[in-house]
Amino acid sequence: MPVFNQSRGRIVQIIFAIVFLVIIGQLINLQLFSVKYKLAAENNAILRKVVYPDRGIIFDRKGRAILENTISYDLVVIPSETKGLDTASLCGLLNIDTAEYKKRIRDLIFKNGYVKPSVFEPLLTNEMFARLNENIYKFPGFSLTERSVRTYPYSAAGNVLGYIREVDTAYLRIHKDEGYQMGDYAGMTGLERYYEKVLMGQRGVKNFIRDNKSRIQGPYENGIYDTAAVAGKNIHTSLDVELQKLGEKLMTNKVGSIVAIDPKTGGILCMVSAPTYNPNYLTGSQNKRHLADLLLDPRLPLNNRGLTTRYAPGSTFKTVVGIIGLTEGVVDLNTTVVCPGYFTGCGTGKPKCLDKGVFQFTDAVAHSDNSYFSTVYKRFLEQNKFPSTDSAIGAFNVYANSFGLGHKLGVDLPFEKSGLIPTASNYYKEFGRKLFPCNLISNAIGQGKVETTLVQLANVMAIIANKGWYYTPHLVDSIEGGDDEGLLDEFKIKRHTDNRIPESVFNSVQDGMQAVVEYGTAVRSKIPDIIMCGKTGTVENYAKVNGVMKKQPDHSFFGAFAPRDNPRIAIAVICENSDQGARVAAPIASLIVEKYLRDSIKGKERQAMVEEYTNRVYLPPVMRMAIAKQDSLRRLRENQQLLEQKLNKKESDEGTDEESIGEEPTEQSVTPAAPVKKAPQPKPLPKKKPGTTPAALTNDDRKYKRTAR
Amino acid sequence: MNNRNNTISQGVDWTIIWLYAILVSIGILCIFMVEYRIDSNWLQSFLGGKTNYSKQLIFAGVCAIVATFILLTDSKLFTAFANLMYASGILLMLATFVLGKNINGSKSWIPIGGGFNLQPAELCKIFTALALAKFISRQETDFSKLRSQLIAGLIAAAPALLSILQHELGLALVYSAFLVAMYREGLPAQILIVGSSFAVLVVATLILDPNVLAISLTVIAGIILLLLRKQAKKSKRLMVLVVGIWLLCVGTQRFVVPYIFNNVLECYQSTRIYSMVGKEYDCSQNKKSERKAGEKAARKPDDYNVRQSKIAIGSGGLTGRGFLKGTQTRGKYVPEQHTDFIFTSLGEAFGFVGCFVFLCIYLFLLFRIVKIAERQRSTFSRVYAYSVASILFFHIAVNVSMTIGLFPIVGIPLPLISYGGSSLLTFTILIFVLLRLDADRQMVLR
Repeated sequence: MPVFNQSRGRIVQIIFAIVFLVIIGQLINLQLFSVKYKLAAENNAILRKVVYPDRGIIFDRKGRAILENTISYDLVVIPSETKGLDTASLCGLLNIDTAEYKKRIRDLIFKNGYVKPSVFEPLLTNEMFARLNENIYKFPGFSLTERSVRTYPYSAAGNVLGYIREVDTAYLRIHKDEGYQMGDYAGMTGLERYYEKVLMGQRGVKNFIRDNKSRIQGPYENGIYDTAAVAGKNIHTSLDVELQKLGEKLMTNKVGSIVAIDPKTGGILCMVSAPTYNPNYLTGSQNKRHLADLLLDPRLPLNNRGLTTRYAPGSTFKTVVGIIGLTEGVVDLNTTVVCPGYFTGCGTGKPKCLDKGVFQFTDAVAHSDNSYFSTVYKRFLEQNKFPSTDSAIGAFNVYANSFGLGHKLGVDLPFEKSGLIPTASNYYKEFGRKLFPCNLISNAIGQGKVETTLVQLANVMAIIANKGWYYTPHLVDSIEGGDDEGLLDEFKIKRHTDNRIPESVFNSVQDGMQAVVEYGTAVRSKIPDIIMCGKTGTVENYAKVNGVMKKQPDHSFFGAFAPRDNPRIAIAVICENSDQGARVAAPIASLIVEKYLRDSIKGKERQAMVEEYTNRVYLPPVMRMAIAKQDSLRRLRENQQLLEQKLNKKESDEGTDEESIGEEPTEQSVTPAAPVKKAPQPKPLPKKKPGTTPAALTNDDRKYKRTAR
Repeated sequence: MNNRNNTISQGVDWTIIWLYAILVSIGILCIFMVEYRIDSNWLQSFLGGKTNYSKQLIFAGVCAIVATFILLTDSKLFTAFANLMYASGILLMLATFVLGKNINGSKSWIPIGGGFNLQPAELCKIFTALALAKFISRQETDFSKLRSQLIAGLIAAAPALLSILQHELGLALVYSAFLVAMYREGLPAQILIVGSSFAVLVVATLILDPNVLAISLTVIAGIILLLLRKQAKKSKRLMVLVVGIWLLCVGTQRFVVPYIFNNVLECYQSTRIYSMVGKEYDCSQNKKSERKAGEKAARKPDDYNVRQSKIAIGSGGLTGRGFLKGTQTRGKYVPEQHTDFIFTSLGEAFGFVGCFVFLCIYLFLLFRIVKIAERQRSTFSRVYAYSVASILFFHIAVNVSMTIGLFPIVGIPLPLISYGGSSLLTFTILIFVLLRLDADRQMVLR
């Protein structure tokens, strides 16, 4: 009988072999032809950790760090290890209640898992850190971890230095190939943005092996795929932080800007934009809320008015008009022009001139005579060599452009505006195809369509000081470890004004500008023993109020350089909606110049001046209205919410109660930092809590706002 | 008798012993790969007896002693005690219902002290193999008779049934391996064909929409009738047969399969089988989970095991990621990797080449056993040898298939490789009893 089924032994073997072949077939499929499993294994097991290098430090011209890194601490928790924790005492230390604690832990577990460390409370204040550090041993699962954050030791120059923020999706889209990931920080404004590549350094990557619960098991392949982080390069700027601080102090409760340039190098000595903010306000644990506050502030504290706002330069522009007129020979130093109270050349009675009399060039500059420069401008445009006014404007613009006007200078800050030196086409809409010099006459005195940024104006002063050349104004002098990107190359090229302008013309203009300070419009801003050349400007301006264009208080301008023989500083100041140029901008400029040249303000009288100008308040009426409107809207909302809250409370006592307790303590930690440094004393404004921080919501406000939600 | 005591190695098939030793060594190595911690002193932990690989080493030592004892015994013993052992095996299995300890949800273990547990169902495989061999080799048994076939089937089915009652589906399935041995002894091939057809039908039921399958079955029946219309005219019986088969198929697909999945199988078992064909099983239809709903909400199961297991094997590539370098293994991504999923550590570390060589060793072992089976003079030895071969084959095929996603997950260990004393001991006894019988093949046993 066994022989009977002998063949079946073979069949059994064949069945075995077939099944094994099927298995091997599947193995070939899995191991040789499927790439996805290898990738899946790597996704499973390899944890790529980005190692962030310290960002570069920014120094001022004297080697003082004005933007550096400091250590801050995060409270980190591993939820799985918090068993047996004295929750009540921890909550006591953190000023939260246990319900809030439980909610946060629940959220963290949901977001980050049970066994992975997550940040429970980021960026602890020093006080909180001290309290926790002493007691942390009592709380299993909790630890304090270091983190590097930006800090501004002088709390100054926020508008220039800028800030870093977490990148958003839009940023990632634009900087696709630069290796940013969600959660990275990048410079968003100021130097932090412009020199992002230099300051950022090179991120490193560390590969770790993790297990099925995402716990790190050790380095992957002993770290052969790791790359080391390279710290960001330090950069040295031409800023003088003391000058910057003085400027910011003087511009307290004013809107405007100060830009000072070293004429010999083009290095920017200070760039004040008022109102500004304390840059440290945007680094703490509440930075997101603070940024939102600043963004919504009607005074626009985040604007850099020195570079990104276009102003009609007013009479300061007369220096340029004068230089061009003298160069072309349409007037000479002895030409006289009469001012009967207005410019007679066009028969419109405009522009008006204030000091009646007969003027030669020097005195015309000294007293800022509108008739004189209108005459110069008109004569220039009416020269016989030009076939039309259009070509005359073109010829004028060739000169003006060589002064760095009408186009971006290339300052090493983002969002620079180009200003405007109008061409003929700018007027076609208004006056038709045929232009007459009288159509454009207000340009002669820096009004009309002429617009410059304050940096451009300061640069014009530097050009006059240098008698015809300049370096592109810039903030960064050198980069430690070399300028690999060639970012500074543009700042080493010496640029000249139009070569038709002889030195003698600059001397004449300097004479006039010296006269401005010696006995002209800015006589009250004379600095003892320093020969300063300057030019005031008073700019009429209008604003739309309730749909009607209304005349606003004048913008006050002053442009200057000093000392005349060996110019070391060129400066331009604007104070919006304040007064005549001589009354606000000129004294402020003179104080800055003295501070820079002498390192301090000499004499009691001048020191008193510092205090006097610091205390002056020039808040543009439009801005006041906007603030008042915001305040009243907020009050309205608050009242509504209070009402709702009351109703809610009647309905459900517990729910709202709990939340309000939970939110309260975190709000309190906000208070110490004032949101806007230059907060106006809001006397004229109807304010709930005068004297505190008008730009941010006050404590009470926010509490109600939160709880009502 | 006298001289054999002097030389126990006489007539013993050393090839099998070598293959056995190689496989056990590979097993310990694989468990070592799974358990290895970078910061631990491996030599110390090998000797310490705390880790699984050192335990497995101890098991291997015990097995070596047992193997020696088996080689020292008289092969007549096995024939003599086969039925007795089978009976006691069944008794032990019944005893688990009383003494049983719950491990991983199955109540099939008897604690024997010292932290060790015995799984009678494992040992029962040996006893069943012996009892089956004994039954078929009886002089009075004519295996071509249906009665004998039914009795043989019952011998294999009894422990399988008990295993199902212990919630050990995998172990129960193993007993179907005896069909191969019975086939060799004359079980009609039709049974195997019908059995595999039924399996195909079940899989088709799972994959296809019920209506589509019903229609296609009808169409197939129609075509067959069309082709056989001449014969069908002649004999009514053929007609009835085709229609009967058709009715049976549709009935199976419509009622039997859903009934099995919803009422016989546990929720997790149904889910696993469904997930293998890429579908989700709705546990709310399961009667058994309904019953337990009060105790514990059914966790939403997924194909995590298979996915991770496939990732581990797939990431091995051609030559593997290297000894102790597999990230899936080191990160403990594959659950139960030291027992049922041990093949994944091998596949990840040594890749396709490693797997191929490994499977070749297994196949060589199987072929060698079949060869040994065919050279036996006694039916008892041959049946037993075929039983061993088919049990081994079934374990290997099911275990490897489940790690590479060809079979649903059932708790079947990889012979000689997976961690576990019971399993290792069972296969050792199975193989060495065979060797003892083979060594005495010249003796005329019954």
